[in-house]
Amino acid sequence: MKRPLALAAFAACLFPLAASAQTKEVNIYTTREPGLIQPMLDEYTKKTGVKVNSIFVKEGLAERVKAEGANSPADLMIMVDIGNLNDLVEAGITQPIVSEILDKEVPKHLRDADHNWTSLTLRARVIYVSKDRVKDTAITYEDLADPKWKGKVCIRSGKHPYNIALIAAFIAKHGEAETEKWLDGVKANLARKPAGGDRDVARDILGGICDIGPANSYYVGLMRNSDKPEDRAWGEAINVLFPTFSDKAGTQVNVSGAALAKNAPNKAEAIKLLEFLAAPEVQQLYADKNYEYPIVGDVHPTIKALGTLKPDSLSLTEIAKNRKLAADLVDRTGFDN
Amino acid sequence: MTDITAPSPSSSFRLSLPGFWLTASLVITALVLAPVIALTVIASHGSGDQWPHLIKYVLPVAVRDTASLLLGVGALAAVLGVGTAWLVTAHRFPGRNLFDWALLLPLAIPTYIMAYASVDLMHPLGPVQSAMRAVLGIASPADFRLPDIRSMWGAILLFGLVLYPYVYLATRAMFLMQSACVIDVSRTLGAGRAAAFFRVALPLARPAIAVGVSLVMMEALNDLGASDILGVRTLTVSIYSTWVNNSSLEGAAQIAIVMLFVVVALVLIERYARRHQRFNTQAQRSRRIAPRELTGLTALGASLFCLFPICFGFLFPALYLVREAIEDITYRGLSDQLLTQTWHTVSLAAVATIVTVLLGLTLTYTARLVRGPLPPALVRLGSVGYAIPGTVLAVGLLVPLAAFDNAVDAGMRQWFGISTGLLLSGSGFALVYAYAVRFLAISAGGVEAGFQKISPSLDSAARNLGETSAGVVRRVHMPLLRPALGAAALLVFVDAMKELSATLLLRPFNFETLATHVYAEASRGTYEDGSVAALLIVLVGLLPVALLARASRLPLAEGARAAEKRPSSADD
Repeated sequence: MKRPLALAAFAACLFPLAASAQTKEVNIYTTREPGLIQPMLDEYTKKTGVKVNSIFVKEGLAERVKAEGANSPADLMIMVDIGNLNDLVEAGITQPIVSEILDKEVPKHLRDADHNWTSLTLRARVIYVSKDRVKDTAITYEDLADPKWKGKVCIRSGKHPYNIALIAAFIAKHGEAETEKWLDGVKANLARKPAGGDRDVARDILGGICDIGPANSYYVGLMRNSDKPEDRAWGEAINVLFPTFSDKAGTQVNVSGAALAKNAPNKAEAIKLLEFLAAPEVQQLYADKNYEYPIVGDVHPTIKALGTLKPDSLSLTEIAKNRKLAADLVDRTGFDN
Repeated sequence: MTDITAPSPSSSFRLSLPGFWLTASLVITALVLAPVIALTVIASHGSGDQWPHLIKYVLPVAVRDTASLLLGVGALAAVLGVGTAWLVTAHRFPGRNLFDWALLLPLAIPTYIMAYASVDLMHPLGPVQSAMRAVLGIASPADFRLPDIRSMWGAILLFGLVLYPYVYLATRAMFLMQSACVIDVSRTLGAGRAAAFFRVALPLARPAIAVGVSLVMMEALNDLGASDILGVRTLTVSIYSTWVNNSSLEGAAQIAIVMLFVVVALVLIERYARRHQRFNTQAQRSRRIAPRELTGLTALGASLFCLFPICFGFLFPALYLVREAIEDITYRGLSDQLLTQTWHTVSLAAVATIVTVLLGLTLTYTARLVRGPLPPALVRLGSVGYAIPGTVLAVGLLVPLAAFDNAVDAGMRQWFGISTGLLLSGSGFALVYAYAVRFLAISAGGVEAGFQKISPSLDSAARNLGETSAGVVRRVHMPLLRPALGAAALLVFVDAMKELSATLLLRPFNFETLATHVYAEASRGTYEDGSVAALLIVLVGLLPVALLARASRLPLAEGARAAEKRPSSADD
C-alpha cells in the first residue's frame, strides 16, 4: 500500500494543508469573483499583516462547508446574492456575528434580523438602452413586456441569480399569475436566447442585435473605465435608465454580503475583517474599484453621473422568499429555451 | 493449437494471481463508486416533490436539447473524424503529412474557451461579420447579420469541431492496423473503392468509431461552461440549475442518477450490439495499406476537407487568443500569478494522469487475466464517473471524503490528542481522486483497446516458449501496449488540465489553476482578461498533442515506407 501514502505525501507537499493552524489568518469561501474582492483583502493584509486565504467556489459552497463539518477551515462566506446568504442560514452553517461596529455601520434593513449575515455592497438592476435608437428616458420593469419592444430585448439566463431576484421582486409586487404573464411578454420580446453575461447586453446593443436589456449598474463603470477601447465602446453605446416597478417605489437592488461560519476557527479575526470591510474608507474602495454602491459613503463619479439611485423599499428577505417560485416560473414559461 | 499442449493463459494465471488482481480491481471499483453511492444517498433524502414540475416543464426541453446536441455532435464528429482519418491513412494529397498530426490540434482547446472565442469571433462586432459587411458595403450590423452562434446549431458546430479528434485518433489507429490484404481482397472480389471503404474498412473500424464517438458524446453531455454560454439547456445545465435555484441538491442528485442510468444503458446496448465481433488482428505482421495518390479536384477536395476542422477547430480560435493575449499584456502586463497557476495545473494533471493510468491498467489487466463475467463488468463500472457532471461528482466525493476526514480526526483526537483536520478533502488529494474517477473511462478504454489488439495466441506462444506470467507482461504486453498506454495517458493529461467544475469546488485555499483563473474572469464578464491563461492552457495542451502526433505517426511512416519500398510484396 505504498502508492496512496506516497500520493498523500506528494499532495501534502504540493498543496499546503488549509487546516494547518497558524496564527492570524482568515479563511474565506466565496462565490464572488476574486477580482472583485481581492483589492480589499490585499489592503487588509497590508494594513494588519493578517493573511487572508480564499477559495472562489462557484456552486456547492454551502455543501462543502456542511460536509467539512466541525473541521471546516471556513471563517467567512462571502456571497453575491441575498438568496445565497439565506441558503447558508437555512443550511445551518452560520452563527450570529456579534459586533457593535457592524451594528452601527450597516443599515438595519441590510442586515439579517438574527445577525447571521451582513451586507457589504449594493447594486442596482438597471436597464441599458441604445443611445442611438431608444429615446425613452423612463421605463418600468413592467414595460419590458410591452409589445413595442418586440425583438429588441437582450437578457442573460433567467436562471441567473440577478434575474431570479428581479423576478422574485416582481412576484412580491404583483403575484404569481401577473409575473408569469410578464415573463411570457418579455420572452416574446427577446432578440436572442437568454445567454452570456450582463456586459453582453451592452455589446449586443452596440452590435445592433437588440435595443434594451436589464443589467447590473457596476458593469457600466467597469466598461466605461476599462483599459480596452472595445469595452469603452460598449459602455458608451448605452444610456442607463433607473427603472422602477409600476408603483414607482424605486429601483430593484441586491446585495453582496458575508456570513460567519458556524465552526469558524478564526472567529475573532473574521469579525475584525468584516468590520474593516464595512468601514467607510474601505467602502469607498468598493465604489472606486468595483463601481458598486457602498452601504455607506459616496459612489464613484462614473456611477454617480448615471443618476441618483432610489432603492425599492421591498425587503430583501421578501425577495429571497420568492426565489424558488421565480425559478419555477422561468421553467414554466420556458423563458430560457 | 490444442488444449493439451497449450493451456490457456487465463487458467494458469488463475492459479497464481487472480486473488491479487481481482481484489485490486474490486477496491478500485469501490472507490469509483463511492461518490455514486454518496449521490444515491443524497438523492434518497429528497422527497421527490420537484418531479412533477421537472417532468412537466424542465425535462422535456432538457431531453430534447440533450438529444439534439448529442446526435448532432456525434454525427459531425464521426463524419469529420472518420473522414479525415480515412483520407490521411489511405491517400496521398497535398498537405497530407501536415494534416496527419494537425488534425489532432483541436484537442488542445477546451470547449468553454472555444465558446468564449467563437461568441467574440462571430459577434456582429467581431472580425468575421465586420469583414463580411466591409466586403458587401453594408455600414450597420443592424442591416446584415449572420444567425446567432448562441444557439443549438452553433453548439453542435462548436463541439463537433473541437471534439472530433477523439474519433480521428481511435479510427485512424484502427485503419492503420487493418491489413491491406483485407482491402485488397475486397477489391479483387469486385468491390469499388467506395465499397471497400463502406463495406470493409468502416465496419472493421466500428469499435474504434464507437469508442471515439462515445467519448465525444460524454464530453458534450458533461459540458457546462460552453452550453451555458451558448444558451443550450442540456440535462447537465438542468441538474445544475435545479440545485442552484431550487436549493435542491437532492433533486439534482436524482436527475444525475437517472442520467447515469441512461448513459450506462446506452453503453451496454452498444456493447451488446457487437457482442459477437472479434477484432484481434493476426499475430503475424501484416502489410499496411498503401496510400493512393489523389489528383486534381479530388486532391483539392481532400485537402479542404482536412483543412476545415483544423482552421475552425484550432487555428482561428488560437489566433484570436494570441491577439487577445497580446492586447492584454500590452494593457496590463504579465500577471505574476501565471507561473504558479501553470505549475499547479501541470503538476496536478501529471499526478492525476499517473494515478488514472495505473488504475485503468489494473482494471483492464484483471479483465484479461481473470476469467468470468466479473472483471469486464468491473471495467465498465469503473468507467461510470465519466458520465457524471463534474460539479455533481465533486459533491458526491466531498461527502464521503469529509466524513472519512472527520472520523479520522475524531479518532486521533480521542486516542492521541492531536487533530488531523481535513486530511483528504482539504488537500490536493480530493482533486486527484476526482480526476481519477472522472477520467478512468478514458484510461481504461484506451488500455483495453490496446489489449484487444494483442492476440491471446501471443500469450500462449510466450508461455509455451517458457516465459513466466510476469515475463509475458514485461516482455510481450508492455512493449505492445506502450502506444496505447501513451495515448491514454496523454488524453487523460489534457482532460485533467482542462477540468473546471470539479476543480472549482474541491480545490484547497489559494489554489488557482489556469482553468479556474479563466473561469473566474469569464464569470465576471471580463473573459479577455483571462486570455493569457486561456492561451497557456492551449499551449500546454499542445505539448501532449505533439507527442501524441509523433507517437501515432511512427507506425504510419513505417508502414507507408514499407509499402512504398516493396509495393508488391505481400508478406513482409
